[in-house]
Amino acid sequence: MSQSIDIRTGGWSHFVYVLRDNPVTLVSFGLFAVFAISAVFGPALVPYDPLATNATSALQPPSWDHWFGTDNLGRDVFSRVIVATRLDLTISILAVAISFFIGTVLGAIAGYWGGWWDIVLNRLFDTIMAFPLFVLAMGIVAALGNSVENIIYATAIINIPFYARLVRAEVNVRRDAGFARAARLAGNSHPRVVAFHIIPNALPPMMVQVSLNLGWAILNAAGLSFIGLGVRPPTPEWGIMVAEGANFIVSGQWWVALFPGLWLMLAVFTFNLMGDGLRDLVDPRRRT
Amino acid sequence: MSSQAKAISLRIAQTIPVLLGVVIISFVLTRALPGDPAAYFAGVMADANSIEATREALGLDKPMIQQFFLYVGDMLQGDLGRSISTGRPVATDLAERLPASLELTLTALVLSCLIAVPLGIWAAVRQGSWVDHLCRVLVTAGVSLPTFFTGVLLIYVFYYLLGWAPSPLGRLDFLYLSPPRVTGFYLIDSLLARDMEVFFASLRQLALPGITLGLFTLAPIARMTRAAMLTALSSDYLRTARAAGLGPRKVLYGYAFRNALLPVVTTLGMVFSFVLGANVLVEKVFAWPGIGSYAVEALVASDYAAVQGFVLAMALLFVFLNLLIDLSYALIDPRIGFTEK
Repeated sequence: MSQSIDIRTGGWSHFVYVLRDNPVTLVSFGLFAVFAISAVFGPALVPYDPLATNATSALQPPSWDHWFGTDNLGRDVFSRVIVATRLDLTISILAVAISFFIGTVLGAIAGYWGGWWDIVLNRLFDTIMAFPLFVLAMGIVAALGNSVENIIYATAIINIPFYARLVRAEVNVRRDAGFARAARLAGNSHPRVVAFHIIPNALPPMMVQVSLNLGWAILNAAGLSFIGLGVRPPTPEWGIMVAEGANFIVSGQWWVALFPGLWLMLAVFTFNLMGDGLRDLVDPRRRT
Repeated sequence: MSSQAKAISLRIAQTIPVLLGVVIISFVLTRALPGDPAAYFAGVMADANSIEATREALGLDKPMIQQFFLYVGDMLQGDLGRSISTGRPVATDLAERLPASLELTLTALVLSCLIAVPLGIWAAVRQGSWVDHLCRVLVTAGVSLPTFFTGVLLIYVFYYLLGWAPSPLGRLDFLYLSPPRVTGFYLIDSLLARDMEVFFASLRQLALPGITLGLFTLAPIARMTRAAMLTALSSDYLRTARAAGLGPRKVLYGYAFRNALLPVVTTLGMVFSFVLGANVLVEKVFAWPGIGSYAVEALVASDYAAVQGFVLAMALLFVFLNLLIDLSYALIDPRIGFTEK
């Protein structure tokens, strides 16, 4: 009991050490908190209804009333940007969760049992990676049908190989490790050994991958909706808002496209910084 | 047969299962739709008769295995189906629009290599200096930039505010006639026709989308160059070269850079995957008449044959580019082939 407390406080002090050592990581965690809050409470916090149109105040530049200005239908851009957080984060988090789960299962099968499973699964992952990934996502959405749900599936599918390969490598090196054999001798079934003894060891590098992937998943989903897939107007979503704003940029109404784009960029940036920070946190070479 | 030729033919043979996999996935995407593929391919405006005609024309009434061989047979003859929106064979449409996309992609890649490689080398040589920090900021910001957003920002600054760039609509301003088609690359065709006016007009048109796409590829190339140069610079053979009294220029370019080049060329494969995807977005932003914007138009019009033809064409292009990269890798690296022994 006392030992487990030691480990926890050790982990906590290491966490604090990393944050102090690298203020950028601290900033990224702070930014993440902002995004999380606007995703959960967004609709309750914003000053205007994100869907309410108002023809008398169309295309107003940023002002005290409308911080980010208004779009061509007089909707408040700030409210739309904040409310969109929930949808964008939901898409990317669900997509990454699905690919995390499926990738882990497939990678563990390939890494633990090897043989034919390994060959067939590896070929499958190679084939998926043989497509330019964004293009494959377009093809999947086109085949499954144009909906938000299918954007999530498409993003999940193109991310599966990254997790599967990672887990396969981690499981493979630990398959015959002493602790895995001991667990097996103690009467645990194969699936149980993999799930409760081997996989937990592979979690730290996977968490880094998750964080880096989240940023990429947001970019991917926003890109798909930018070209008109998935999310439909008038639903507020960053990609589609940039697409709508792009029509007004040539006539100088920069705020309609700029703010959703900036927010999107900031979100991706946050996840990438967090990934780097998490890598410092879990990288054993830095833990002295 | 020399060992190098053997290694190269082995690498070429390795693409066969990948190609087979690509064709299978593309077949699954085309035919194993949850709905009725015949209805998809016939288009939104189809009635019961035209759907039935499509079903027979595509062989969709036959068993799956037979359909697969029919599909492969059609593909080998270059038949990717007919686009509903243009009414022409998909393969013809793609072939006509491919040079526009390639011109854009290659310009962007050359541009970003010209900046990223020297930047990466410089950052590695002066590790910890302001160049290194600049490199790191650029790399982190570069991977977070949505390409379509960069494009929109550049249009605002260089077209609306400064007025330097022409209107972001297509490959050539409507004042000019496109040059006679030889390669399909406007820059080359206009040079061949000795029409400098058209050359500069298409260069101006190409500048913004090229920069947008180039900025996107800058980050991975710079990061890899820096990392590879750092590894090479701290290696034993470099210390030996320095100890032997070779000049810094010879050490840097003759030894360090030549060795660092290999991982950089390998990253280009990864970069191609991103750039072919980003191409679609950039083409949409700049109304560039390449295969990316063709696919976007087809997606909006539910023109499935065109979309699937595009996905397949892009995958084949990507496999081919990766093969090319690996082969050039084998040519750059004299050690390849000896590893077989």
